[in-house]
Amino acid sequence: MTTVAVESAVAETISRIPDPEVPVISISDLGILRAVEVDEQAHTVAVTITPTYSGCPAMEAIASRIVFEADRMGYAADVRTQLSPAWTTDWMSDEGRAALLRFGIAPPGAVPAGEPHGPVAVTLSRHVVACPRCGSADTTEIAHFGSTACKALRRCNACLEPFDEFKAI
Amino acid sequence: MSTPATPTPTDTGTTSVTEPVTEPVTGAAASASESAQREPLPGAAENTGGDPGAKPYGAYLLGLADDAMVYAQRLGEWMTNAPQIEEDMALGNIALDLLGQARGLYPYIGSIDGTGRGEDDYAMQRDEREWRNVHLVEQERGDFADEMARLLWFSAYQVELHTGLSGSGDDVVAGVAGKALKEVRYHLDHASLWVVRLGDGTGESHRRMQAALERVLPHLPELFDDDEASVLAAGLEVGVLPSTLHDAVVARVARVVEQATLRLPDGSRWRSRGGRAGIHSRPMGSLLAEMQHIARSHPGATW
Repeated sequence: MTTVAVESAVAETISRIPDPEVPVISISDLGILRAVEVDEQAHTVAVTITPTYSGCPAMEAIASRIVFEADRMGYAADVRTQLSPAWTTDWMSDEGRAALLRFGIAPPGAVPAGEPHGPVAVTLSRHVVACPRCGSADTTEIAHFGSTACKALRRCNACLEPFDEFKAI
Repeated sequence: MSTPATPTPTDTGTTSVTEPVTEPVTGAAASASESAQREPLPGAAENTGGDPGAKPYGAYLLGLADDAMVYAQRLGEWMTNAPQIEEDMALGNIALDLLGQARGLYPYIGSIDGTGRGEDDYAMQRDEREWRNVHLVEQERGDFADEMARLLWFSAYQVELHTGLSGSGDDVVAGVAGKALKEVRYHLDHASLWVVRLGDGTGESHRRMQAALERVLPHLPELFDDDEASVLAAGLEVGVLPSTLHDAVVARVARVVEQATLRLPDGSRWRSRGGRAGIHSRPMGSLLAEMQHIARSHPGATW
């Protein structure tokens, strides 16, 4: 969950900006909006965002949208990118997860606690992900990487629909 | 001689993984190797520009950034060339992660090496001798098994590297590494799944995956060489001494190789050298030409 306190109209507008690649979820619900500091006297707003992945191409679009929305409301926005602490899908809000599910994207599961130590068996089967359409747990990974850096591609063996899975990191 | 891929009791872990004890094999690889073996290597410790100032580890970070940048370029070549479209996307996504890691470092390097250069200056305006990446990442795209062998080794190396760098005394380096660590673990997972699938697959896929493990071998020791820049950065508790990563990386790869019913090859008769000093192998020139020619043909162009 993001910890942004929405105490002004401009902050609320910024928090509602949709993710450009997954527009059903806002940047706040996605957990990439880390801080919004509004100076009502100077009419400036300092916004801190963090990328989902190092090379996420949506970051520049998000930054310019923030500047655009703030400008429309009479504020000059200063957008900063912060890498640490690194984004995790655990920061995604329950509202965001529900929105993904309605959109047909399986929301991320819990992030595995750390990395197992010692010899680890490599297996071709992966964790269980429920189909966002019919709810069946009988799904298979088609591809390790999906249409964006943050998703993998799966198929439901019950209803036969392919679907995106938001990867837990 | 000890094998470069398998830890042995005689492995001191303080110098390069293996030393050539026989003449290099014949052919183009041999001439590249011979030219790279001249000592001392020019530019081994030089910073690419400016006054090192208070943070004299720009050269070390440049090696890490250049590894990521050049490998991103090579992986990007798989788009439309992979065995299946899902793999086009997978390798493209991995390339994107690596590109992002390089972008996280270049502007910071520009701010500490006194040159003030930005990411495009580093990626698009440098000539071959100014690049500090290892030869492994600049090698031409082979078959798919070659790529999985390279990705397995490189991502195993990056997992250990970024685990170490996450505790760097430099906050920017630690931040980039902490972010990258999550990504490279997934890359390693992806490469591991393919190596197991191919190794423990058909007779043909097994043979070709084993051959790929042999071919990648000469380019691995460079990853674990303690060059002057990395010794300096490690001494300042900013970087990680490459030789200290060797055993853990080999252990990671060995587990996958064993499960894939393959075997780690015996030592190579030659090894690559010189990447961290700006001495590159033949494929580097054409890689840079393809990557840089638009930017260099239209200086300052924007879109």
